[in-house]
Amino acid sequence: MEADPKPLTILWFAWLRERTGTGEELLSVPRHVATVGQLIAWLAERSPGHAAALENRRTVRCAVNQDFATPTTPVHAGDEVAFFPPVTGG
Amino acid sequence: MATIRVQREPFDPGAELAAMTGGRSDIGGVGCFLGTVRATAGGKPIVAMTLEHYPAMTAPALARIAAEAERRWSLLGCTIIHRVGRLEPGDGIVLVLAAAAHRQAALDATGFLIDWLKTRAPFWKKETFADGTEAWVEAREADEAAAARWTAAPVR
Repeated sequence: MEADPKPLTILWFAWLRERTGTGEELLSVPRHVATVGQLIAWLAERSPGHAAALENRRTVRCAVNQDFATPTTPVHAGDEVAFFPPVTGG
Repeated sequence: MATIRVQREPFDPGAELAAMTGGRSDIGGVGCFLGTVRATAGGKPIVAMTLEHYPAMTAPALARIAAEAERRWSLLGCTIIHRVGRLEPGDGIVLVLAAAAHRQAALDATGFLIDWLKTRAPFWKKETFADGTEAWVEAREADEAAAARWTAAPVR
């Protein structure tokens, strides 16, 4: 049966933002996208810029609802999912 | 108890030290780390460093790092101030202060705070070179190694 897609807020920072061309997207994601890893695979198909931002997964970090996440972290409707390079503050 | 601020404006390390220690006689020592903008990167002169962050996550991430320091050491004060936006060579980027009854806890907590901040707080630096080109700073393996040395760290 066809369930509703889930709404997610996707945030991009630093050079990932420059490659996708946007800092924030409100997206409806298919129900079968259940984890961060599945979301990355789905997002990489959205545009050449998204593919370029996500091409080297080793340099991509993620936070779900402002907490560091891994490829197996679940994503739920309404979550804020941020993608960024390894941090370089301090 | 920790003082945590993320701001565009400069900070005054002396004023922050005075605020931490004023009127206190229980503190025996304060550790201080002041990070500043170097004028060169990879041997090339830079004219600016621009710091971006993830506002909704930054303050909670810094609060978690401070809470972990307070769990590991008996701190009598803890301050983390981090700037964002456009900075120039010589400007302060980050100030970390940790106060304790004795120096070892103050110094160790200061080292822990800056090492964890460098690998766990969502800030990103971009350098603008004198020739107008720009480059994002890449994370250093050495920073991960410095943070990792605290994972098995004993407490006091």
